[in-house]
Amino acid sequence: MKELTFALIGNPNCGKTTLFNQLTGSNQHVGNFPGVTVDKKEGRVRSHPDVVVVDLPGIYSLSPYTAEEVVSRDFLLHGNPAGVINIVDATTLERNLYLTLQLVELRIPTVLALNMMDEVRANGGYIDVAAMEAELGIPVVPISASKNEGVEELCSRAIRAAREKALPRRVDFCTGEVHRAIHSITHLVEQKAELAAIPARFAASKLAEGDPLMADSLHLTESERHLLEHLLSEMEAAHGMDREAAMADMRYTYIEKLCAQTVVRPGDTKEQLRSVEIDKVLTSKFWAIPIFFGIMVTIFFLTFGLIGPFLNSIMEEALDLVALGLSGALVRWGVNPTLRSLVLDGAFAGVASVLSFLPTIVTLFFFLSLLEDSGYMARVAFVTDRLLRRIGLSGRSFVPLLIGFGCSVPAIMATRTLASERDRKMTIRLTPFMSCSAKLPIYSVFTLAFFPKHRALVMCCLYFGGMLVGILYGLLLKNTAFKGNPIPFVMELPAYRLPSPKSVLLHMWEKAKDFLVKAFTIIFVASLVVWCLQSFDFGFNPVDDSSRSMLASVSRLIAPIFIPLGFSDWRAATALVTGLSAKEAVVSTLSVLLGAGDAELPTLLAGFFTPLQAVSFLTFTLLYMPCVAAMAAVKREMGGWKAAVSLMAQQTGVAWLVALFVYQGGRLLGLG
Amino acid sequence: MTLEELAVGSAAVVTTVGGQGALRKRLLDMGLTPKVTVSVRKIAPMGDPIELTLRGYTLTIRREEARKIEVRPL
Repeated sequence: MKELTFALIGNPNCGKTTLFNQLTGSNQHVGNFPGVTVDKKEGRVRSHPDVVVVDLPGIYSLSPYTAEEVVSRDFLLHGNPAGVINIVDATTLERNLYLTLQLVELRIPTVLALNMMDEVRANGGYIDVAAMEAELGIPVVPISASKNEGVEELCSRAIRAAREKALPRRVDFCTGEVHRAIHSITHLVEQKAELAAIPARFAASKLAEGDPLMADSLHLTESERHLLEHLLSEMEAAHGMDREAAMADMRYTYIEKLCAQTVVRPGDTKEQLRSVEIDKVLTSKFWAIPIFFGIMVTIFFLTFGLIGPFLNSIMEEALDLVALGLSGALVRWGVNPTLRSLVLDGAFAGVASVLSFLPTIVTLFFFLSLLEDSGYMARVAFVTDRLLRRIGLSGRSFVPLLIGFGCSVPAIMATRTLASERDRKMTIRLTPFMSCSAKLPIYSVFTLAFFPKHRALVMCCLYFGGMLVGILYGLLLKNTAFKGNPIPFVMELPAYRLPSPKSVLLHMWEKAKDFLVKAFTIIFVASLVVWCLQSFDFGFNPVDDSSRSMLASVSRLIAPIFIPLGFSDWRAATALVTGLSAKEAVVSTLSVLLGAGDAELPTLLAGFFTPLQAVSFLTFTLLYMPCVAAMAAVKREMGGWKAAVSLMAQQTGVAWLVALFVYQGGRLLGLG
Repeated sequence: MTLEELAVGSAAVVTTVGGQGALRKRLLDMGLTPKVTVSVRKIAPMGDPIELTLRGYTLTIRREEARKIEVRPL
């Protein structure tokens, strides 16, 4: 039988991901919609291998304003889905059905899944499913996605509707003036809509809302636009509301009537009441911020202090064993030393450096999924929104930025949960300014060498300096590249719910896989390149003295760039270059090149730099382009190398300017 | 009066929704339409945004937006 593709669509927080996971299990593939970095999840239904489900982004309406709304609309109109599964939260039905009324206009077989029916029932509520079916003209199936109830029936009803091509039996939910206007518009654009392969009724509704995209996609002529405007002005005058409000009012009025007839809702549900109680503490005036920071500190401690290092040490031991075995085998087979070094110091070290990120990512995403799925993340946005508004972001960006202090890679990956593409891109650009934990060893050595009495103070200055530059850069972005209206901060606070272990595990697995697949090649190749540059001269002869290596030659070439910043020595430049593979490498490279053991490094450094040069070097290290693993994440989340390279260039430029300012300013003050 | 001026704990009926473009459309899509009953539940710890309940769910919007919504107190 022919393969069927279903679009799964619904509001955010309605259990869509849970349903998608129930349907597809681990048969999922995550990609991007073409041209935007909006998740496109696809999977085969476990019980029906000939059925593919595409999980569209969670949206409230088919408006044309956010990337999420536009890709959903495009997929429904031009992606030829055989059917639509519209999942709604039955505990907040009124708002959820708003999208449904727009979906049925699309002339695609549609099934409505009433999710969280267990909560409705437990609360003494009741929904007359048969009456709702009759009213809406589409199959309605009560389910509980988290308990896997009704999911099988949902599948079979959806498949039947798609095979029989059973279109929604009703599209007309309007009365009075709006009704008249929509009918006249439908008539007006019928042929144009057919040419553009857009359902006439959907086109008419969108035109009636004043949707700017629709008039263009239908290629309406000047006179048609004129007539349209006339019809709409008439409607506005008669209805006493402007077109947008009139259409929203029309839909909600119908939904109110429908709910009055079919839904018995004895007040707020247990979950909603419980959420109000929880929020009396979690978003209270005095406790909200301390509790939030308490939670984040705990997560950081567990990730970077306890679980991460524990997993890392297990992995390192395993890797050491493999390296030992490999090295023994290579010696036994009589492989020459250069090739042996390529395999061990190049390839194997590359693999190890990729894997070293894994424990952090897995642990962090475990906690992040808990925060997101429980509903707490929305509260964080509510509490911190005010702080980020000045730089044109919303509270939603707060957690990813905070994670940047641990590691930029998961921080950049975490921007996926942001509601708009604009906020995502802007947050990604700011994240690397949050000083990541891999830079700590650098600060530690330098402060010991130059400011042994004020180590904590200098480190604080670096951290706050990074944040300050991030804020200034954010202000700059807000007024240049990201100018224009930010996506409004109009956010639902969903009821707190226990996260489903399955969703949390799948999310962790997805992120880990994503990182390994996408980052492996890049990090692996980068490690090999650095190894080659370090181990050979330009004649590809192996070198013993690292000052004769290609890396040294390249560094000598770029070293003059740093003269205005006060450190022109090729060894400083080399350390910065190797720092791109991982920031900790700055310290190890310096100690190799200065011929120091770990203990002597601070003493040797104190002779190598003046304190002002050291501050300038630290400033540059704090701000310059992130490591290759972070770049791989940027490339993935920003949708291409072009964006990633521009971010690299901008950050390095900012770092150079700030370090210049610090060094030359210091000299003017007579500190050099 | 506007929704911004509505005291915490009190309810009102929306009369007009101001603003324009994506923002206004979002407010309407979320159910903040003329005639709907809305109440203010809370103000965020830093004084902004505000937490509303309407149509059986909880919504937060910034003061700036709330200022554009005219209401008639109940």
